[in-house]
Amino acid sequence: MVSSTRNDGFVVFEHVQKSYDGESLVVKDLNLAISKGEFLTMLGPSGSGKTTCLMMLAGFETATHGEIRLDGRPINSVPPHKRGIGMVFQNYALFPHMTVGENLSFPLEVRGIGKADREQKIRRALDMVQMGAFANRRPAQLSGGQQQRIALARALVFDPKLVLMDEPLGALDKQLREHMQFEIKHLHETLGITVVYVTHDQGEALTMSDRIAVFNDGRIQQLAPPSDLYERPQNSFVAGFIGENNKLPGTVEEIAEGRALVRLATGELIDATPVNVSRQGQKTLVSIRPERVEFKPEMLPPNAHLIDAEVMEFIYMGDIFRTRLKVAGSEEFVIKSRNTLGQRMLEPGEKIRIGWAPQDARALDPL
Amino acid sequence: MADATADLAAEPTGRLTTADGRPLKTALARAQARARRRAFLLVLPLLLFILVTFIVPIGQMLHRSIHNDGFSANMPLLSQWFARTEPGTAPDEAAYAALAADLQAAAKAKTVGVVGTRVNYEMPGTRSLFTSTGRKARGFEPPYREAILQADPKWADPTLWGTMRQVSQAYSPNFFLAAVDLARDNEGNIVQAPPERRVYLMLFQRTFLIAGLITVLCLLLGFPVAHLLATLPLRASNLLMILVLLPFWTSLLVRTTSWIVLLQGQGVVNNTLVATGLITDQNRMQMIYNQTGTIIAMTHILLPFMILPLYSVMRPIPPTYVRAARSLGASSWTAFRRVYLPQTLPGIGAGALLVFILGVGYYITPALVGGASGQLISNLIAFHMQDSLNWSLAAALAAVLLGLVLILYWLYDRLVGIDNLKLG
Repeated sequence: MVSSTRNDGFVVFEHVQKSYDGESLVVKDLNLAISKGEFLTMLGPSGSGKTTCLMMLAGFETATHGEIRLDGRPINSVPPHKRGIGMVFQNYALFPHMTVGENLSFPLEVRGIGKADREQKIRRALDMVQMGAFANRRPAQLSGGQQQRIALARALVFDPKLVLMDEPLGALDKQLREHMQFEIKHLHETLGITVVYVTHDQGEALTMSDRIAVFNDGRIQQLAPPSDLYERPQNSFVAGFIGENNKLPGTVEEIAEGRALVRLATGELIDATPVNVSRQGQKTLVSIRPERVEFKPEMLPPNAHLIDAEVMEFIYMGDIFRTRLKVAGSEEFVIKSRNTLGQRMLEPGEKIRIGWAPQDARALDPL
Repeated sequence: MADATADLAAEPTGRLTTADGRPLKTALARAQARARRRAFLLVLPLLLFILVTFIVPIGQMLHRSIHNDGFSANMPLLSQWFARTEPGTAPDEAAYAALAADLQAAAKAKTVGVVGTRVNYEMPGTRSLFTSTGRKARGFEPPYREAILQADPKWADPTLWGTMRQVSQAYSPNFFLAAVDLARDNEGNIVQAPPERRVYLMLFQRTFLIAGLITVLCLLLGFPVAHLLATLPLRASNLLMILVLLPFWTSLLVRTTSWIVLLQGQGVVNNTLVATGLITDQNRMQMIYNQTGTIIAMTHILLPFMILPLYSVMRPIPPTYVRAARSLGASSWTAFRRVYLPQTLPGIGAGALLVFILGVGYYITPALVGGASGQLISNLIAFHMQDSLNWSLAAALAAVLLGLVLILYWLYDRLVGIDNLKLG
């Protein structure tokens, strides 16, 4: 759905840099093309530059260097109110002195749209977020979730082609947040708008996005669809930031045909897929997802390397079991197994042997 | 546990009771009575203070503005004659007899001056008539009419008798009439005061105009400063805040006199303008001892009262509101006018009300730098308190001022709503 139009570049960042103090760069050489209709999430820890990028796109910050284009037009010097970009803020920013209806009417009034047209658009936008009965309420009379919906409706009511969302669900409780994730996703699909979404919540990013740009230290660490990001992280930061993973430091012993043999500090050999390593003797960090570690040898490929492990702790979590192991001197190795019929519950102190398919272990850059 | 719930609900009157059967409301009131008593004791000193220093004096002032017994208490017989006869009755021998007897008694009690002063308030130039006749009162013999007219023929003046009839009543609206440039003629009809005494309405008007102008100036000057204070980083805004508050820590007198130094004919501003050739030495601007001086100095003094409420309202307004408005397509001016400004209204209201009410009652600055054209109503109130000693008129003027301010306050409440006021 997305790949065919990806190169259009509806929104393009080209060599964008941003500095606030003239001494350090908050955004370092950002290159990003977002295609029309795409849902792109900027994900990263606070201070990683993701919000700055969004603010530059919205026009509230100016890029120190580089060009930002919207629909082929450079917008560096276009003031925010002429960009025609809808925006949803973290704290909703609904105008407290106006009713819900007036809040929605505001973007239409400043565009000089007639009264009849306005009313029709407002009704349509409110119905879209199932808030049709609330036009005469004040924002303060609404719950957090309702305010969020109104903020969404206000950002969409003037039919923008691009909508920016700055951690819009951050202030909601977990259940409501998950519900709103789906609603926003559905709105995006129905309306065919382009969405740039900023969050630090990886679950949210994985659930909603077509593509995710993982930010750290002012750079995009990886730009990929959610499944790629989770299963094929390009570096140690992405592997550590998205989901849980086990890290085993070691040295490349052998590398050939897309497979690497890594010798851990304690002497064991393990299988891995080389990602950021290319030659023998290189230091590396092998990353394995807890749910891809296998402790039943019959489930593993015949030539897989197995290593010794000792069970430290077993936690029953309902749908899954979480077992902490001592592997290669580290006590932080975690495996997850589904609570299926006949699944084994490991006992603390038990000695087992574990292994994995080589493609699930990724040899990344050492930290 | 289920039993206890049943007990609570099963009370026949339908009211809830506690476990030992007392009505829940009584028990609650008793439990809270102690705390309420303690709270009341805490505010009691302030309550007494307000009562003694605010309610009582204002009540006295209002009373004095309609009550003056300077004549009626010292001229009892003549007051009785006025009470007996119709307004406009020509004074007969009985009236002159009462006048003579009263003057004799007053001369003995040395209160003729008080009586003369009271009549003099309404009819200037009559005090000496009373004191001079009072000195001769001991020798009056019947027929009193001839005797008194011989002492001074001015006693035949019907206007004088009309005035005496008015002041013979201790309670009279005359002071309030005088405060709004009205008077009563001999027949007791309300008419305009003579032109040379019509000053108060003009002064009220000037006072309210100048206070309004100062309020507008304070708002125009204070709004950007308050906005800057609210948006600057904390360090810089603290420094600016000190600058705003600095005038509060300086004596009012020092600040006012420093304006004299700056603005007078040979002052800093004029000298600078002359030195730079913008004006010639002969055309030095008159900026002090007139309305201009009053306006400049009072705007400066009242500015913090505008800035502080504005600041306290602006500080918690997050910048995302204006950003949201901008992202929705509003130009920066529209965003300011439709989104930012309405949210600062409580602060504008509070600051404007504060500055206006303080400005309307301001005394010391106009007295020092106002000259003749910069005098406000409070200066005249002070004049009647200290120089003319017509306390009743001063009280009436003050009461009119109080009434006008209360009307404004009421209007503000109707238009903006007093609950929209935020003082800090």
